[in-house]
Amino acid sequence: MSSLVHQFSHEDLLRNRDDIAAGKLWQFPGGIHPPQRKELANKTAIRRLPPPPRLLIPFKQHIGQPGTVLVQEGDHVLKGQPLTAPGPNSGLPVHAPTSGRIKRIGEHPSAHPSALPVSTIELLSDGEDEWTEKHPIADYTALSSSELIALIAEAGIAGLGGAAFPTAQKLAADGQLDYLIINGVECEPYIVSDDRLMREHAAGIVRGIRILQHISGVKNVLIAIEDNKPEAIRAMQDACSGTESLAVRIVPTRYPSGGERQLIQLLTGREVPANGLPKDVGLLMQNVGTAYAVYRAIILGEPLLERVITLTGEALQQPGTVWAMLGTPVDTLLKQAGYVPYPNARVIMGGPMMGFTLPTLDVPIVKGSNCILAPAKRELPASTTEMACIRCGACADVCPASLLPQQLYWLARDHDHDGLREHHLADCIECGACAYVCPSEIPLVHYYRQAKADMREQYIEKQKAEIAKERFEARKARLEREKQERLERHERAAEARKRALAEREAKAAETAPASGTETTGEPSKPANDRVAAAIARAKAKKAEQQKAAQATENPEGQANAKPEAQTESSNSAEALKASPDDVSQTAPGSDPENDKKARIAAAVARAKAKKAAQQGSD
Amino acid sequence: MSFYIASSPHTRQRRTTARLMQLVIVALIPGILAQWYFFGWGVLLQLLLAITTAYVAESLCLHARERSSLSALRDNTALVTAMLLAVSIPPLAPWWVIVIGVAFSIIVVKHLYGGVGQNLFNPAMAGYVVLLISFPLQMSSWVAPVELTGQHLSLFESIHLMLFQYTSEGYSVEQMRMVASGTGLDAVAMATPLDHIRTDLSQGLTLSESLQAPLFSGLAGLGWQWVNLAYLLGGLFLLQQRVIQWHIPAALLASLALLAALGTLLAPDQLPGIDIHLFSGGTMLAAFFIATDPVSAATSNRGRLVYAALIGLIIYLIRSFGGYPDAIAFAVLLANMCVPIIDKYTRPTTYGHPRRKLQ
Amino acid sequence: MSMVAGIIALAVLALAFGLLLGFAAVRFRVEKDPIVEQIDSLLPQTQCGQCGYPGCRPYAEAIANGDDINKCPPGGQSTIEQLADLMGREAKPLDDAHGVEDVKKVAYIREDECIGCTKCIQACPVDAILGATKQMHTVIADECTGCDLCVEPCPVDCIDMIELQQGPERWKWDLEQIPVTQLATEVKS
Repeated sequence: MSSLVHQFSHEDLLRNRDDIAAGKLWQFPGGIHPPQRKELANKTAIRRLPPPPRLLIPFKQHIGQPGTVLVQEGDHVLKGQPLTAPGPNSGLPVHAPTSGRIKRIGEHPSAHPSALPVSTIELLSDGEDEWTEKHPIADYTALSSSELIALIAEAGIAGLGGAAFPTAQKLAADGQLDYLIINGVECEPYIVSDDRLMREHAAGIVRGIRILQHISGVKNVLIAIEDNKPEAIRAMQDACSGTESLAVRIVPTRYPSGGERQLIQLLTGREVPANGLPKDVGLLMQNVGTAYAVYRAIILGEPLLERVITLTGEALQQPGTVWAMLGTPVDTLLKQAGYVPYPNARVIMGGPMMGFTLPTLDVPIVKGSNCILAPAKRELPASTTEMACIRCGACADVCPASLLPQQLYWLARDHDHDGLREHHLADCIECGACAYVCPSEIPLVHYYRQAKADMREQYIEKQKAEIAKERFEARKARLEREKQERLERHERAAEARKRALAEREAKAAETAPASGTETTGEPSKPANDRVAAAIARAKAKKAEQQKAAQATENPEGQANAKPEAQTESSNSAEALKASPDDVSQTAPGSDPENDKKARIAAAVARAKAKKAAQQGSD
Repeated sequence: MSFYIASSPHTRQRRTTARLMQLVIVALIPGILAQWYFFGWGVLLQLLLAITTAYVAESLCLHARERSSLSALRDNTALVTAMLLAVSIPPLAPWWVIVIGVAFSIIVVKHLYGGVGQNLFNPAMAGYVVLLISFPLQMSSWVAPVELTGQHLSLFESIHLMLFQYTSEGYSVEQMRMVASGTGLDAVAMATPLDHIRTDLSQGLTLSESLQAPLFSGLAGLGWQWVNLAYLLGGLFLLQQRVIQWHIPAALLASLALLAALGTLLAPDQLPGIDIHLFSGGTMLAAFFIATDPVSAATSNRGRLVYAALIGLIIYLIRSFGGYPDAIAFAVLLANMCVPIIDKYTRPTTYGHPRRKLQ
Repeated sequence: MSMVAGIIALAVLALAFGLLLGFAAVRFRVEKDPIVEQIDSLLPQTQCGQCGYPGCRPYAEAIANGDDINKCPPGGQSTIEQLADLMGREAKPLDDAHGVEDVKKVAYIREDECIGCTKCIQACPVDAILGATKQMHTVIADECTGCDLCVEPCPVDCIDMIELQQGPERWKWDLEQIPVTQLATEVKS
């Protein structure tokens, strides 16, 4: 609520609460009115399909960390059985949507614009659809919020509006809240999943809302529905009647009024601060589908296994809505709906404004999917050539975040990251309104996405560089310290030797006169020679060691090393090995296993031969 | 089968630059017809010349810049520039005036700055200023409205005049102007209403004396008032089609009207009133067609209000106290110069960033 | 006489403004990172030595002393441009003599071939290789800067530089790079 205090004075806040209670609607800037096309799919009831023969279940279907896998290839699993255990922070499990056998655990194209492979469990359905034990809770009011939140997390529920943010995490955030907003706006053209869900399962949604109310302790609930869904409005109003704290708010049809931030502005006149969350302005928002999933998880004891998917577009012979198991390949769904393929077709996961085209149909439905749109060839105008920006400002007029899209476009083209930050690129919700109206057909959102990815990448690189620098400095310090210690040890050893030598000489001096001074000294000469030779040896060794120490301290020297430098460095490495205190000591002589030694020697020889061959071929 | 990959959004409004420019051209038609009716064939001849020059210049530039010329030519922006300049200059000006003007607009003002969307200045108005400064004589000899002369110069005489600078009988535009001021008969060329008032005021006459001239028997100068009304009509069409937003025309006309009213209050005999300012000269053309050029205007709606109000202010100041009878071109160019700073200070507050308190 | 007055006036003015400037320099001094720090923070810190200096910091010092800014292949063109910006110099293309810009890679030790000689451990500038004598070694992929320095010393050639696997989270919206699969779906008319 801290931001509320900044936005409102005390009286303003009271007046704001009165206004909300009175049903006032505010405005958000911008917005567009694209053709709705909802009638394609909203005529028929939600169909229930038999379990698909093959399911592809990615480990991670939410925002956060993937869980660790609990099953193995070949295992038989039951419907509702968890397949992964959530990771340490903010993870959610995924469950087997039907009973069957785990065929494979590995990489598979993801339900992502890039279709890059992600860890996926491939499940072959046995057709029995046999449930594991369910744990329905008859009286949820007997449980505390934290217990219920844990249950919701266990059920793997993530925001079903599209962002797939873990619901439990959203609910667990503390802070004083004054409204729970249930988002049934569904402003994106074509999509009718929430519309049908509200029409057919209003009672379940309301029970889910009651549970959410109980958990969050919020007294008042606003259910927002766009005025283009009269049946859904009626169904929800009927289901809510008699419950004081629930109010259905009918909002005008305007894209993107279903965006979290825009809806908050529309219903409460409050603005979620940049980098903030709705709870900062005393609000909590959940999608109607999420409310229904919460109802099923708590009251029926069913984890999140399926969701409503809109199958629409003129390339489908039977468009409509279906209950699709999470993990159902898009392929299977489209076949069910009578997809008529054509060359160079577009298949869009999500709506026409914010969805993404699929490069392959062998990707699964995940928690965040809500629509598969298969337009006919001329149904949605494909983008044509990008023309020069004429600075008409139409984009700025429709931007719901009051950004300056054309300015962002110039900055993104320049890779001017500072400028982009200054123009608040991060506040762009990528709704696509700007690109929709652009007379020059510039794919503005694409520029922003690339710029955002670049900036994120640069940030990660910067962090990594910082760490690398620290580690490099630490290593340098350690090498310096080790060198110092070694030098000290050698000095001590040298002194000890000197002392021993002096003692020996003194002894020799004592014995020499006794052996006779008149002798020519010839017998003592070989002894002197021996000592000198030993000293020379020690000196040579020390010099070599110093050289070796320098060589390791200066590893970059090796990178540019020519063959002769290479032999030198390997010499010095051997010298290092010879020094008794070094960790890298291999001491071939002390190795009792001769065959291992031989193997290593062979490996070295092999590598040398290979290197020689490479150099020869260069 | 393969799939088509694209970035969202996957649908578009289909209102291309070319389409917008077409609508602008359609909206210009009433004004052009009115000008043709009141000022004769010269208007259409100038348009023809201007459009031809614009296409030639645009193609040359695109070729030199190694751009695909077809798609760029089809965006119709050069066409609009040419038409705006053609309707701004005297209908019987020599042919090379409009050719030089349009060529300058397209080559220097538009393409040397980087082509569509990159120009700092409104190309048509920059071209106009160049002509006004370079050829003051040719640029100030306007045609007398048909209501005064009774009939147009024939198409043949118009062409003759534009090509050779005199009629088949040997009169030049200036000579005809002299004739007009001397006898009031057979006048083909004469000063514009604004020019007329300026001259009279500088000669010590009062405004009411100046307005006695036959030229002012209507609301704001014969012919001119209707031309302005026709442009107003076209402008309303553009507003209705949402090609332009209301901000620029409204702010421009409001600021000009406000200043004119103030002037009338302070010096009723020296400063022309609202009617003259709004319905004479190029006011409506400027408000709906010239100042609304998106490339050189401010980008945010608040910025556009400031920008257009500034144009209104400069128009008024130059008309009342400056050295030129009309001042659309100078006002627009000066306001163009201010656009970057206007944009800087009128940036809308991004959602979720600190701003004034909500009510 | 007037000339003398002029000279005196100018001298007095010069002195006054000089004092003013000197005062301002001391009073309004802006504490800024020394240039070497700023350069160092732009360098990628791979410590690979491809620039010919033993690490990024020495190269930063060399740039501060006037060395070329185009000797850092891991940083690539973007780093060169940032350096050019900072140093107010012309951005040049990368100097080929020091290597070419490449995709991000990390070292990977084929563990069953490793003989545990620790040579790579000694070569690693950021201590990103874990292992002990005659024990198998492994690279901590997160800490590896991809500098390549461990590859040369390995006596059995068991270190590969492999391209970093990129997940969807770090995808850079390069639509051209998506492999569009050809599906053998029968085309119904």
